[in-house]
Amino acid sequence: MAVKYAIFLGCTVPVRAMSYEVSARKVAGGLGIELVDIPEFSCCGYPVKSVHQDTTLLMAARNLSLAEERGLDITTLCSACTSVLTEAARRLSSDGELLGKVNEQLKKLGRKYSGRTRVKHFARVIYEDVGLDKVRESVKRDISSLRIASHYGCHYLKPSEIYDRFDDPEVPASLDALVEAAGAVPVDYVTKKECCGGAILGVDENIALSMTKQKLDDISKRGADAINLVCPFCNIMYGANQRKVQSKYGVKYDLPILYYPQVLGLAMGMEPEELALNMNPIKPKSLLAKLG
Amino acid sequence: MDIVITDLDPRFKHEVAKEEGGERVKYCFQCGTCTSGCPVSEIDSKYNPRCIIRMVILGMREQVLRSDFIWLCSTCYTCYERCPQDVRITEVMNALKNMAVREGYIHPAFRAQAELIGSHGRLYEIDEFTEEKREELGLARLSGDIAEVAEIFKITGLAELLSEASQEPVRTASA
Repeated sequence: MAVKYAIFLGCTVPVRAMSYEVSARKVAGGLGIELVDIPEFSCCGYPVKSVHQDTTLLMAARNLSLAEERGLDITTLCSACTSVLTEAARRLSSDGELLGKVNEQLKKLGRKYSGRTRVKHFARVIYEDVGLDKVRESVKRDISSLRIASHYGCHYLKPSEIYDRFDDPEVPASLDALVEAAGAVPVDYVTKKECCGGAILGVDENIALSMTKQKLDDISKRGADAINLVCPFCNIMYGANQRKVQSKYGVKYDLPILYYPQVLGLAMGMEPEELALNMNPIKPKSLLAKLG
Repeated sequence: MDIVITDLDPRFKHEVAKEEGGERVKYCFQCGTCTSGCPVSEIDSKYNPRCIIRMVILGMREQVLRSDFIWLCSTCYTCYERCPQDVRITEVMNALKNMAVREGYIHPAFRAQAELIGSHGRLYEIDEFTEEKREELGLARLSGDIAEVAEIFKITGLAELLSEASQEPVRTASA
């Protein structure tokens, strides 16, 4: 069965997490996932949910309608985009009255939406549509020397009811299974389920960075070689802000972060440059040395 | 925080329950599961979801809507998953913030984000530096501003809301 999706990049990935985009496209090609770009996609609507929920819903509906027009479902790289688009898709497909109201607004933009688009995070596409067996078959390089701690983040799994509970948010396992299927060693740690703090970085930097620090402390203690991420905003906290945490608290981690497509890409035999590993905020030199 | 009985607004909880996301607020029986698992409360007790919901039920309208602490929810949905009464606390917080905005209180970080999205259709303006970097990596150019989003802001009334004067939420020691 051909796996084909419209790829929803959102705001952060194409500007601040290009290595995620590069590696996701590369890995998709290798796994036979066809990704279709829709240049008219806007912000998903998540950042205005706290301010005005009707606007979030209409922005999400417009994005969903663009994919529907082309007969495609959506795959996302950012977990916040995943949650807002999934929530809107579910509400609009099950509530005819709401769909009618949204269509009255969409009409003013010359658009309409019938409620058909489905949304799935790219990691979940690999986990479910491709499947762990195929992932294992795609492995060409031994990366078993790498110990990798997965950060699930919040919106990849929760609220679980909008994601058909494909993974258990209290005992998450899907990302560890993906790391294992790629041939690396998954590392468990105490604060695995905790939030990165990214959503309140602009409200209270002290609290947000403390939240980031807690997890960096725990992951470092377990001797992981890298953190595995599936959200560009979590990367802003663990990657871009790792140095800030280090200088603020007088600690040292130098802990590389990898997006899951980079982990899998390495295992699939792709070169670090092809996966734009050098663009990650913490240079993964030590990690690459381990791979030889 | 002092509770002045003559200042309480008994209609407030009903108002919140009518707001999208706030529907189940009255089901709260104050067990504290939300606060005990909250990653923000763990670091700073100023944010206390159980307490905020109690304030809603008591009718402390002003103290809730103008306070800065309602903006501290990191929307991690841990409480949402665990609440035995299915109060859907994360969505209650969204409802409260939406109401606060209409009362003229908007956190400056959220105002700035909304204004950027209203102008560009995205959180970041796409500059030539970004486009060049993308080209180097073999990625397609981005399509600049998405003008339809400005239209959306007008249709929903958010553009008008943002054009009105607003205040920063009031700093408070704790809920």
